[in-house]
Amino acid sequence: MAETASVLEIDGLSVELPHGSDRRNAVDDISFSVGPGEIVCVVGESGSGKSVTAQAVMGLLPRELKASTGKILLQGENVLEATPSRLRDLRGTRMAMIFQEPMTALNPVMRVGDQIAEVLQIHTDLSEPDRRQRALQIMRLVRLPEPERLIDAYPHQLSGGQRQRIMIAAALVLDPALLIADEPTTALDVTTQAQILHLIRELQERRGTGVLFITHDFGVVADIAHRVVVMQSGRVVEFGPREEILRRPQNDYTRMLIASVPSLKPPARAPKSGPTALVMERLSKTYGHAGLFRSARVVRAAENVDITVRRGETVGIVGESGSGKTTVARCVARLIEPTSGTIRIGDVDVARLPESRLRAHRRNVQIVFQDPYRSLNPRRTVGASITEGPVNFGLAPAEAANRAGRLMALVGLSPDALDRYPHQFSGGQRQRIAIARALAMEPQLLIADEPVSALDVSVQAQVLKLLDDVRQRFDLAVLFITHDLRVAAQICDRIAVMQRGIVVEQGPTAEVFGAPKHEYTRALFEAAPGRDIEFGAVAGAV
Amino acid sequence: MSIEALPAEIAEAPAARRPAAWRKLARNPSVVIGAVIVIFLALVGLLAPVLGTIDPSEINPVYRNKKPGVERTIRSDDGKETVFVHRFGTDSLGRDIYSRVVYGARVSLLIGITVAVISVAIGLTIGLIAGYIRWLDNIIMRFMDGLMAIPAILLAMGVVSLSRAGLIAVIIAIVVPDIPRVVRLVRAIVLSIREEPYVEAAITVGTPTPTLLVRHVLPNTIAPLIVQGTFICGSAILIEAILSFLGIGIPPETPTWGNIMAEGRSLFRIYPHNIFYPGVCLALAVLAINMLGDGLRDTLDPRFAKRV
Repeated sequence: MAETASVLEIDGLSVELPHGSDRRNAVDDISFSVGPGEIVCVVGESGSGKSVTAQAVMGLLPRELKASTGKILLQGENVLEATPSRLRDLRGTRMAMIFQEPMTALNPVMRVGDQIAEVLQIHTDLSEPDRRQRALQIMRLVRLPEPERLIDAYPHQLSGGQRQRIMIAAALVLDPALLIADEPTTALDVTTQAQILHLIRELQERRGTGVLFITHDFGVVADIAHRVVVMQSGRVVEFGPREEILRRPQNDYTRMLIASVPSLKPPARAPKSGPTALVMERLSKTYGHAGLFRSARVVRAAENVDITVRRGETVGIVGESGSGKTTVARCVARLIEPTSGTIRIGDVDVARLPESRLRAHRRNVQIVFQDPYRSLNPRRTVGASITEGPVNFGLAPAEAANRAGRLMALVGLSPDALDRYPHQFSGGQRQRIAIARALAMEPQLLIADEPVSALDVSVQAQVLKLLDDVRQRFDLAVLFITHDLRVAAQICDRIAVMQRGIVVEQGPTAEVFGAPKHEYTRALFEAAPGRDIEFGAVAGAV
Repeated sequence: MSIEALPAEIAEAPAARRPAAWRKLARNPSVVIGAVIVIFLALVGLLAPVLGTIDPSEINPVYRNKKPGVERTIRSDDGKETVFVHRFGTDSLGRDIYSRVVYGARVSLLIGITVAVISVAIGLTIGLIAGYIRWLDNIIMRFMDGLMAIPAILLAMGVVSLSRAGLIAVIIAIVVPDIPRVVRLVRAIVLSIREEPYVEAAITVGTPTPTLLVRHVLPNTIAPLIVQGTFICGSAILIEAILSFLGIGIPPETPTWGNIMAEGRSLFRIYPHNIFYPGVCLALAVLAINMLGDGLRDTLDPRFAKRV
């Protein structure tokens, strides 16, 4: 493929960071190329410089960043030397970009058809009816249902997947030679992601577009890439065909990354037989009621959920966004009150306890949240955050500080760091602190609500291992909420699959993964990216 | 299995420390200019007796309506004679306008600061309650909407007619319509902060609600409240001047900028200095306070901080 002239050739590109940053260059002397009809995946963790690379190609670098050396040749033309007006011409006609968040990338007060037509209006002399025809045509091409109706819709009336299709339609309407996709499926559900990946591959094959695909997800890489660029701290550490990189990685960092990706094959786990710690029976949560000025509109976020968790056992709730998995978690933690059903923790039904009587039971159930940047109060030292709970329950501050120090060591951080503030820690370290805070309460049940989905894959593996270690050590019951089947496969003893508020399938992880019974479960597995490639298992999972 | 033996995490550089807020403030010209003028005016008010003034309420029928710069000989009790210059002239009762303007700074700043502190304190308390206790929210906010509909001047007339015109009546009249503005601001902040995972985490570790509010929610309101308080201070000074000008504020014998202007209103075309000097002071004070407020908002309010 690369024999013919490359669509994009990056040669010795360096982008300087402003003075006082933690390193000199955002990207440092990188070189690779994208041939026509080829998908090149740039993969790396946060801070690897992969997005800066995409921005440099589009000429969209933030003002404080400057490309200092090197060339970016788009069909032989150096983008770095192009004038702003030439760059504007190139964008849309020769290269186009799609973004991670289709909701914010589209103008919310403009009909989607007009947003596609706008590209044509800027770059072509087509008349208005012709533009509309072209827009309809391209919308059909990206497989949008009923394009005649959707062309006049506003972005908020479309689903996330449909919005991303609109973005792709607008990007491809002028048939650019290069499509840059910056994490285009990260914000989407796994089944939608599979459809969008399929669409990108199909369009790219048919039109011979070169695609520069930025991602952090090796599953996506395995599904879509022809060639792979692995980046670390602004450098290209490895560049080669997909099979070479995924199956025979030469570089240590690449090997570590690939080994960190959890395998879809669940390891053998002995069934747990400890006493039950949490029993949910017919738990339901409905939102909305008839108001004075509005008609009744009821959303059943969770319906008749029956889940039991034993001590020492990890039970996963798996589902896509809107499946109700977080609603269940929040009900159990009693951050919201369930509409009906029981939640027995020990021998107490906490489902209906009033706040005053609930407090005594709060220590039994602790929760670790998804976003480690927001789950710790930025104005308080981590020590204050960890000791807050024990002190609430009457532990002397000195004793609580002592316990906090021991827990910091337990989660792999220095006890000296207790008087530091959250912003002085990395995301993975903050998640460890959040786990320490939960453990400080000596709970029976730990709820982990997507605890690793905001973390880089290498950090993710470590936090998962930590969670598994503390479960064993304290004989904890863990309710693990996740959208990620790979993570669920590695950490859960049993899983419950939820769809639109209902548990559609429940059973031991190996059974559910081995022989899914419900069609939705099967659809989820089929959509999981990178199914054909065996990645490393989480080290330490039992 | 040893938990301590976890592998070291891939080094992620911890985020750089945010520069101290006061240092950012010191770099903002609007804050610096505003603060310098406000401090200057406050010093003028505080040091009024030693700034070459005479008794601001002393009436002297001989020296009525004098132009700025007129000299007058004052004979003290022990027979010593000193020459006093009416720098800003005198009013229709022969009172020294310079002295009145200087003493007037006291009343204006006192009212501005008192109103700001009281309305922020009351508004903060009500706002925290409205934002956190959901069932009270609607009741409180509809009541606040009602309060907001009361014009300060009308309320002042009412309060004055019920009691005596005076400092307290004026402060009440200005504070009441300002409270709902603070309540709305605080409530909006509380509503967004209570969704933060760290607040939910504090709930799950059993933090009692009052502690939760003070420890986790309240600190987020401080910066916006400083900003809002500054604007309230500026508008309070202005409203006091309006009330006094209309004769429904501070009693006319007390020197306030509004009173001085009210007194000079009838002879404005012949003796414009009666209104000019207090007017300039009033404009300068409000301008400086608003500049300070704008600058504080640019640096402290996260929604504006990004642009700076």
